[in-house]
Amino acid sequence: MNDDDVRAKVVAIIRSIAPEVEEGELTSSRPLRDQVDLDSMDWLKVIIGVHEKLHVDIPEADYGKLRTLDDWVAYLRAKLA
Amino acid sequence: MIEVKLPAMGAEMEEGKLLEWKVKPGDGVKRGDIIAIVDTTKAAVDVESWDEGRVHELLVPVGDTVPVGTVIATLLAPGEAAPAPRAKPAAPAPAAKPTPAPPSPARKAVSPAARARAKELAVDVEKIAGSGPQGAVTVEDVERAAQGAKPADRAAEMRRAIGAAMSRSKREIPHYYLAETIPMARAVEWLAAENAKRPVTERLLMGVVQLKAVARALAKAPELNGFWRDGAFVASQAIHIGVAISIREGGLIAPAIHDVDRKDLGQLMRDLSDVVSRARAGSLRSSEMSDPTITVTNLGESGVEAVHGVIYPPQVALVGFGRLSSRPWVDEGNVRAMPLVTATLAADHRVSDGIRGARFLAELRERLQHPEEL
Repeated sequence: MNDDDVRAKVVAIIRSIAPEVEEGELTSSRPLRDQVDLDSMDWLKVIIGVHEKLHVDIPEADYGKLRTLDDWVAYLRAKLA
Repeated sequence: MIEVKLPAMGAEMEEGKLLEWKVKPGDGVKRGDIIAIVDTTKAAVDVESWDEGRVHELLVPVGDTVPVGTVIATLLAPGEAAPAPRAKPAAPAPAAKPTPAPPSPARKAVSPAARARAKELAVDVEKIAGSGPQGAVTVEDVERAAQGAKPADRAAEMRRAIGAAMSRSKREIPHYYLAETIPMARAVEWLAAENAKRPVTERLLMGVVQLKAVARALAKAPELNGFWRDGAFVASQAIHIGVAISIREGGLIAPAIHDVDRKDLGQLMRDLSDVVSRARAGSLRSSEMSDPTITVTNLGESGVEAVHGVIYPPQVALVGFGRLSSRPWVDEGNVRAMPLVTATLAADHRVSDGIRGARFLAELRERLQHPEEL
């Protein structure tokens, strides 16, 4: 899986939880929470989505590392390598 | 013969539109089975049966709007024989509206233009009441029906419903407000350790810990849990907490999580996750809408420090949680950074006094110092 594939999968998971997000609307370098209305329940659903779709378990201690889509891609690429 | 009445699903609900029957005459139903879907001003809600029996008659046709309390169906109790069929739906007299004539079984008159427009708008012409000659469905009827299904309309209706309930609350309920700053270090540490042990799919949120702490603390303040009905307080033995859930398109709904005091945190987390998903998808159940005994609202995620809430009638109290954040705290003479949350109580002075409310908040604070016991 290359960076674009990982990004597309994460965006698909986010859009399944926040359907108001349009395709291509998210900027990779901006904090996600500034772009999408995600409360803690939504956030947990994203984490569960990644667990189910990409089989990566993200510990709570790592939540702070996942601010932007770029962060997500770098983090997941390292875990999937 | 058991009469199934349209329940009041929310204080401001006066009528509901029958969208779909989930059962037919002859079907067996158990308590809790979903028998119909009814559109209220806030959402489409699954109406559950309160009894066990066999469906005898469905008395309200799909598409009809009837007042709360109308008998919508009858059930035969187990072992009961079917009596002679009844003539028409029984609606409570003062609120009764003329019952529209049942839809004719013959093919509906629909103008060709209306049929084409209905196809474009994905509207079922068979379900539209026609206003044209001989009841024919016109283009305008189709467009009106399509309009009715739009989320913008739903948001406006929900805003009106919230306005009606909150206006009634502020008119009738003499609110008093209390606030308590609660140290959360123990709860935060305990939750982090607990979640590290749990699989991803079973992780808990602090909101669930707070809900359970509220339920535990209510044991010491029974006058905050129940309803104001007919000029008197009726305490509730059960603790059904209405959780305020924001809807993505705007608005708010507060369905109940039942028996919060008797469920463990894992079960409460599953219940909360389920009710949030269903609230946002518009598939709540009638019992969830009609029986919260107190409401909890958590606005901390929006960044506010404290919530001074408006009680949802006929309830008599509302608990609010603000943002969980690290702030200065004096501990044995030293200032240190401490995760804190401000919990607030809005309560009905007809039922309780500030001292009882203060005891409740003190107990809530105490319960949150022992998260492992929740």
